[in-house]
Amino acid sequence: MEEFLEMKIFKVSVERLLLNGGQTLYMVGCSLLAGTIVGFLMALVLVLCRKGGLTENRILYQVVNFYINVVRSIPFIILLVTIMPLTRAIMGTTIGSRAALVPLVVYISPYLARLMENSLLEVPPGILEAAQAMGASNWQVIRYFLVPETLGSVVLAMTTGTIGLLGASAMAGYCGGGGIGDLALTYGYEKMNTPLMVFTVVILVLLVQLLQIAGNRISRKLREHR
Amino acid sequence: MIRLENINKSFSDRRKVVKALQDVSIHVEKGDIYGIIGFSGAGKSTLIRMVNRLEKPNSGRVVVDGQELTDLTAAQLRKVRRKIGIVFQQFNLLESKTVFQNVAIPLILERADKERITKRVHEVLQFVELEDRRDAYVSQLSGGQKQRVGIARALVTAPSILLCDEATSALDPKTTESILQLLKRINREMGVTILLITHQMQVIQMICNRVAVMEEGRVVEQGSVMGVFSRPQATVTQEFVRTVIRDQIPESITELLYSERRNYWVDRLKFVGSNVKKPVISEICHIDGVEVNILGATVQELENSVMCIFILQLIGEDDRLEEAEAKIDQAGVLRERVVTS
Repeated sequence: MEEFLEMKIFKVSVERLLLNGGQTLYMVGCSLLAGTIVGFLMALVLVLCRKGGLTENRILYQVVNFYINVVRSIPFIILLVTIMPLTRAIMGTTIGSRAALVPLVVYISPYLARLMENSLLEVPPGILEAAQAMGASNWQVIRYFLVPETLGSVVLAMTTGTIGLLGASAMAGYCGGGGIGDLALTYGYEKMNTPLMVFTVVILVLLVQLLQIAGNRISRKLREHR
Repeated sequence: MIRLENINKSFSDRRKVVKALQDVSIHVEKGDIYGIIGFSGAGKSTLIRMVNRLEKPNSGRVVVDGQELTDLTAAQLRKVRRKIGIVFQQFNLLESKTVFQNVAIPLILERADKERITKRVHEVLQFVELEDRRDAYVSQLSGGQKQRVGIARALVTAPSILLCDEATSALDPKTTESILQLLKRINREMGVTILLITHQMQVIQMICNRVAVMEEGRVVEQGSVMGVFSRPQATVTQEFVRTVIRDQIPESITELLYSERRNYWVDRLKFVGSNVKKPVISEICHIDGVEVNILGATVQELENSVMCIFILQLIGEDDRLEEAEAKIDQAGVLRERVVTS
């Protein structure tokens, strides 16, 4: 076992490859989960509080809308640096995969919110009218009507989000988060180890392909009755 | 059962104010199948949404089952809505759910226990004859089946009122008929009061006992279906009645009339209900100097009764013809002279 871990591939130990791979999975997985929850909440606010929505609230709508637009207009690498004080306040440090989760969630949740807002708006208004006519409370409208009808498109949105996160996590990695980005830049680019860089690129391409295929499959499964 | 009094409602966007309802009052009795007919934009959809308060009136009273809906809290309103079923033109079913799950939703919202849900959904699906499709998804159903699911969903909570928002407008004639028969059964067997809106006069003719005609946000005419069909007053009502009942002289016959050299009048007779049994035509045939020619005739079944329309050409001298008309009027048959030569 130990021998295997110390084995060198492209002049880097297997242990390092696995460690960095694991860091990427950790960063992408956790921030996707948190980002989806936060994003979905923001999407709900956008849809429910918009003009003509279930609980019209112009101010809340404008606030969330503005926040999303602001965050989305900042390139991730700049966002990462800008919110370091926030990151330190939450995580106690700005270095490491765990600290990288803060900027990743801040970055991805507005993106997911926009995608999920579109999915939610696709639910025919008649469905919501039917729900209200049945005497559903707002919470029940969300739970029994909006969520089941949009699950398929939410999965597609998450797939797109995951792929965005993969790119962002590489940048976060370079700034001390570890992961595949760190591997490619620190061990590949800076040490002029071109084969390693090509290797990481291939891994990334394969990963994105796999994610997209899986996302499409799940989404189709959820939507095949439509 | 449902009483709308002096309802006013207007919508405004930046450019203009649209008066959707102007001083509308209707009264639906328990057990009625009450139809509201009008062209699109007449305000019918807004009106029906007043009953379950999906739309709030600017002024006026909405009383449903003795309860004033005008100033209920959101929670009270939800409770009332659960006792009013509604069926939509576009069905509004959840595509991600099966027939069973769709029908069960109103009960799930009430937090009914599983056993009761299964039993009740089974019952209503049997009633709408869709028991064998309970595990199908909505996209696998035909339009008529979708509407049956919509109806089952509306009935699952055993409401006392069923609202139908153009329930048959998206369906072909044959399916429309079967859905209308189903609504009739719901009214008779379950004792559900039905308020429906439509732009198809056939719907009113086939199942309603009372009707209100709407135009530009106002109710221009209302009454029993027989009354409105036999004596339509407003122009729009006459237009609607004409879509189902031919009471005009066919054009080919009008041309034949031009060649008639003798003195004649043309009268339109409407026999309603028991009048049908009166031997009026045979009586006027026996008047000396009057010749009777039937130019057209139709029979309509309405509210479990009948209305016959005859278009008669009466040939003879004016005084003879007057005598004939007097005989018709005496018998209580509705008469209208349409041509005087």
